Amino acid sequence: MAVTVESHATLGEAARALGSGATYLGGGTIVMRDLNAGLVQGRVVRSTDPALTQIRPMGDGIEIGAGVTMAAIAAHPDLGFLHPVVRAVGGPQVRNMATIGGNLFAAHPYGDLAGALLALGARVTIAGGMQRPVEDVLRDRARVGLVAAIQVPRPRDARAFGFRKVSRVKPKGVSLMSFAALLPREGGRLRGVRIACVGLGPAPLRSPAAERALEGGTLDAATIARAAQLVTDGLDPPTDALASAWYRREVAGVHLRRLLEGML
Amino acid sequence: MALKPVTFTLNGEDKAAFTEDGQNLLDLLRRGVGDLSPKYGCGQGTCGACTVLIDGEPQLSCLVLGEAAQGRRIETAAGLGGAALHPLQDAFMERFAAQCGYCTPGMLMAAKALLDRNPRPGREEVIEAIAGNLCRCTGYEPIIAAILDVAEGRKRA
Repeated sequence: MAVTVESHATLGEAARALGSGATYLGGGTIVMRDLNAGLVQGRVVRSTDPALTQIRPMGDGIEIGAGVTMAAIAAHPDLGFLHPVVRAVGGPQVRNMATIGGNLFAAHPYGDLAGALLALGARVTIAGGMQRPVEDVLRDRARVGLVAAIQVPRPRDARAFGFRKVSRVKPKGVSLMSFAALLPREGGRLRGVRIACVGLGPAPLRSPAAERALEGGTLDAATIARAAQLVTDGLDPPTDALASAWYRREVAGVHLRRLLEGML
Repeated sequence: MALKPVTFTLNGEDKAAFTEDGQNLLDLLRRGVGDLSPKYGCGQGTCGACTVLIDGEPQLSCLVLGEAAQGRRIETAAGLGGAALHPLQDAFMERFAAQCGYCTPGMLMAAKALLDRNPRPGREEVIEAIAGNLCRCTGYEPIIAAILDVAEGRKRA
């Protein structure tokens, strides 16, 4: 096994050590699989920096350290809007290990929390301090650098954010697809709509067509039907062992409609 | 290859071992300190057969780096029974909750974690607690019944 593991006390040291050729090991649910299979070779970098596991209020949102686990989010009283999302991830063991930072790098069909963060308009702080919108990170995951924390804006009210995961196996099943919707309302009109889809592309993506159908309108049956009909326009869903691209296109609108109807 | 010293407690006993770079905790427990109760199933975090408690939380030992056990409190199925079997083990026997037995150590630890946190879980909570553990023999019902026997006080130490 040609693997060397380096543990660093601070995130800054870990970021410097990571360089370009090494693999960062967080909660283990992604990288350890590949390491066990012999697919990860060379330098593996990890960090024991306590800042990675902090959750703290910040402006009109919350800053969540990249190493915070799904279980820690599920147990945090200020993160109620994310509870339905993290409870839908994995089984109890995976939720005790998998981190919010790692979820940004989870390959299809994983990444339900990343989809929710995309809908919420979260920002990602890279070690060193630079901030990027989460969509930039998801678009180019190979060249992000080391994620330090995620800033998550709190939805204006409980009705403004919704999440729906579709899987064949209950209670623990991988996503066939999942949707997250941010529907802020101003004077009865939808303003700043964000619809994120997981399982309909290589990484979590927004649906520009569904967002256009909703933006500026009122949330009613006709608007929802239009958004549902258009949701996969411009997207290229994959075919895999879970479902074909054709099936994903056929049912995506049904599941988006059910999510949006629940947010009326 | 570098060997790294690691110390932890295993079922209440102090352990010291050397871990190889990249070795997972499951392998360290089995080959390093000779606890064969956690099982190697998939090595991918899918089956739950390697479930151990780390500082009281169920985790998948195949996805934990051996060196990350430094200073931690590890519990495995080998530590469940003392002079007598643990009530969960008794209940698993009476309910025929083990057939081939390969998932059993992981199931027991997932169930123990649940009961430690919530001594009176309902059926749905039991199902949720073992959702990360695959069993290909029993169809789960005998396992759920065994855990509920302990939760509902039909089985005591």
